Amino acid sequence: MIGNVISTFVSFSGPWPWYVAGPVIGLFVPALLIVDNKVFGVSSSLRHLCSAVLPSKLDYFRYDWKRTGLWNLFFVVGILVGGFLASHWGGSQNIAISEQTRIALTKLSIHDFSGLAPREIFAWSALLTLKGFVSVVLGGVLVGFGTAYAGGCTSGHAISGLADLQLSSLIAVVGFFAGGLIATHFLLPLFL
Amino acid sequence: MSNKSTTEQTPRQGQRQSGIGLLAYLLLGIGFGIVLTKSEVVSWFRIQEMFRFQSPRMYEIIVSAIVVAAASLAVLRALGARTICGEPVYVPPKTLGYGVRYAVGGTMFGLGWALTGACPGPLFALVGNGVTVMAAAILSALAGTWLYGVLRPQLPH
Repeated sequence: MIGNVISTFVSFSGPWPWYVAGPVIGLFVPALLIVDNKVFGVSSSLRHLCSAVLPSKLDYFRYDWKRTGLWNLFFVVGILVGGFLASHWGGSQNIAISEQTRIALTKLSIHDFSGLAPREIFAWSALLTLKGFVSVVLGGVLVGFGTAYAGGCTSGHAISGLADLQLSSLIAVVGFFAGGLIATHFLLPLFL
Repeated sequence: MSNKSTTEQTPRQGQRQSGIGLLAYLLLGIGFGIVLTKSEVVSWFRIQEMFRFQSPRMYEIIVSAIVVAAASLAVLRALGARTICGEPVYVPPKTLGYGVRYAVGGTMFGLGWALTGACPGPLFALVGNGVTVMAAAILSALAGTWLYGVLRPQLPH
């Protein structure tokens, strides 16, 4: 049955409409609770990985990661495998973004609109250019630091937390959008 | 204190998983990776479109996900649902504190979300999709998480 579900999902090759994608994402919250009271969230995997790979004396990383975090690491490995499967069974990966966005990004000298992310920035060969370094390395550090400080990311706060009406998650999500708007409208024009 | 430990039930949550239990998380992760890809939320272009308010798509996805998750929680609670292992379903509340960590940490993550065009789930899905340079973003995110662990005692929460 699970195989059926997965092959039905995957053979649905074009981009999924929002009213399929959003509800399916939302269902991961009850699914993980029913399996074993796990709270849907991805960013804690980063903490568990740090704790597993770099044993240290820091309190933040001193806990039994196998007991509390092994499930989360299996979940993120699954996400990677799922991305691989979807990319091989699906159709084209070109994203039909709005014309306005295309114009705005062209002004920022983005010319390659094929694939999931612009290859001018997100390629190994661009990693040590200013735009590649800021986007991938600085962006990555902020994702890791910010989610650890806030105690969650889009899945843990925006979806699990807001669905559970947690005030702390609402504050976090307002922060997510404040940061995203600042980066999009003020930082990107500085380095792209 | 009495000898409570003899009568106290050991919570099952967080206990070490059996191999089959872990396989369930792997399968759920695979499903989530497929959804993230097919919904295109893994795309830097979609994230740009969202932060420029030029398409309702990302908002429709996020809001409908929250609504379905909230309705599911309400149903689970109303039914007094139990996990597969028979424990009551329970969502631990987050501690608010002064809220500084949510405002500041949240804003920092938002900056990173727009710069990389990905939140943590999509970072892993993108590597699977062949955008392998995102492995460098994951390593950077690990460094960021590590740095938080180092600075944590000095930070307001």
